[in-house]
Amino acid sequence: MKRAVAAALMAATIAACDREERRFRELPPSASATNAVRQSELQPGGAIVEESTYTKYDENAYALSQGKRLYEGMNCAGCHFHGGGGIGPPLMDDEWIYGSDPAQIFKTIVEGRPNGMPSFKGKLGNSQVWQIVAYVRSMSGLGSRPASSARDDHMKVAPNLQLRKAERPRNSFLPPSTQQP
Amino acid sequence: MTWLQAAHSALHPASAQADRVGRLYNFLLIVAVLVFVAVMVAALWAAWRRRPIDEDTSPARDARAHRVIFAGAAATVAILFVALVYDLALGRSLTRRATREMLTVRITGHQWWWEVEYEDPTPQNRVRTANELHVPVGQTVALKLASADVIHSFWAPSLGGKKDLIPGHHNELWFTPTEPGLYRMQCAEFCGLQHAYMALEVVVEDSKKFAQWINAQRKPAATPPDTLTARGKLVFESGPCATCHAIAGTSAAGTIGPDLTHIASRRWLASGRLGNTRANLAGWIVDPQRIKPGVLMPSNGLEPADLQALLNYLASLK
Repeated sequence: MKRAVAAALMAATIAACDREERRFRELPPSASATNAVRQSELQPGGAIVEESTYTKYDENAYALSQGKRLYEGMNCAGCHFHGGGGIGPPLMDDEWIYGSDPAQIFKTIVEGRPNGMPSFKGKLGNSQVWQIVAYVRSMSGLGSRPASSARDDHMKVAPNLQLRKAERPRNSFLPPSTQQP
Repeated sequence: MTWLQAAHSALHPASAQADRVGRLYNFLLIVAVLVFVAVMVAALWAAWRRRPIDEDTSPARDARAHRVIFAGAAATVAILFVALVYDLALGRSLTRRATREMLTVRITGHQWWWEVEYEDPTPQNRVRTANELHVPVGQTVALKLASADVIHSFWAPSLGGKKDLIPGHHNELWFTPTEPGLYRMQCAEFCGLQHAYMALEVVVEDSKKFAQWINAQRKPAATPPDTLTARGKLVFESGPCATCHAIAGTSAAGTIGPDLTHIASRRWLASGRLGNTRANLAGWIVDPQRIKPGVLMPSNGLEPADLQALLNYLASLK
C-alpha cells in the first residue's frame, strides 16, 4: 500500500513538471502601456497605488539569458559593469534612481536618462528591451531566481543569481537632481 | 523554399587534402571488402563441408589447425596495423603546416551564422563578409577557426574534413582546392536551435575571378543612386538594423550580426537558409522568427514604405 502511494506521489510529481516554453514570436507587453510611467510618488489628490508591471519575462529562463546576452552585446557593461557600477550606477544593489519596476526600467532604457544613459529608442525591438529589463532586475535578485542563470561568461562579481538574497528596492523616488549617478 | 545545396561529400574530393583522405577511405573500403569476402567464403565452406567418417584426430592435425588459426590472427593484426600506420601518417601529414605563402581567412562561428574575414597586412585590404567563402583554385588556404559563443564545427568534407571552433581557443585548418565549383560547409557540432541551417557556401574559382571578387569586396558600400535608395540607407542607419549590422562606408557599425557591405553580391541569406531574393529578404527582415525560430535577429515592424526603401538600398549593395 505504502509503495503504491509513494509511486502515485512520484508519478504526480513528475507529471507536474512543466518544460519551460521558449517563445520567439510573442507580442511583447506593449510599449505604449509604459507611456505614463510614474517617476515621482507625489500625486495630486489621493494617491493611486499602481500594480507592478512584472512581466512573464521575469520568470522565463530563456528571456533572462537572452537579456544577459543583449546586456553584453549592447555594451551595458561598458558603464554599469557586471552590476557593480562604475561609470554608471550599480544595478545589483537596492537603490534605484528611476524606479525598479519593469515598466520604469523599460522606460529608462528606451528614453535614456540624464548624465549619460543613452536612449535605445528605435535601436532595439520591444521584446529585446523587456529581456534586458528582466536580466537587469535579476541582478539584484528580483524576478524569478530559479530561472536566472547560475553561470557567467565573465568574472564573478557576486554569488550566483540563483543563490543570492534579493535586494529589496528602497522605495524612494528621489528627484534625479539630488541623486547623481 | 530552397536552401543552400552544393557538393558535400568525402567521396567526391575537390582538394589535395580531401583527395588523400578519399584515397585512405577507398583503401580501407577495398581491404574491408576483401577481408569480408574471404571470411564469408571460409565460413560458408566450413558450414557446407561434411565431417568425414574416418576423421583424422591425430595431434599433427590439431597442430595444423592451430597454425591456421594463428595465421588468421596474424593476418588480422598485420592488416589493422597497416591501416593504423596509414591513418596516423596521413593525419600527421595533413596537420603539418604548409610553409608556402597562404591565403589566411578567419572564420568565426556565431549562433547561427559564419563570420568570414580575409586577413591582409594592409588594414583597408581586409575583407569582412558572412556565410560565404571565396577561394582561388590551386592556392593553399589557411582557416583560423574561432567561436564567439558555443562550440561549432567546420565541416566541408569535399575540401578539408572537419574541425571544431571552440570558444577561447584558436584552431587551424588548411586545404588546397583543386576543382572550381560550389561546396557546402555545414556546422557539425550541435550548437543550438538553428544548428541544422548553419551553412556556408565555399566558392572555388580561378584566381582571376577571385581577384575580381576580393577587389570588389574591398570597396566600401556603393553610394545610393536615387532618393528612394538614399531613404533606405537612412532607414538602415537610424533604425534597429545598425545596432547589430555594419555597412562599410556608412555610420552603421554593429558587430553582433553579419557585415552587410556587399549583401547583394551574395547568393544566400540567413546562413544558406534562403536564396538571396527581394521577397526572401523582405520576409526575413519582417519576421525572421518564422523562418528560423530562435534566431537572434528580432522581428522588425517597419512601415511598408520604409521596408521598400530599405530593400532598394540593400539590393544596391553589390
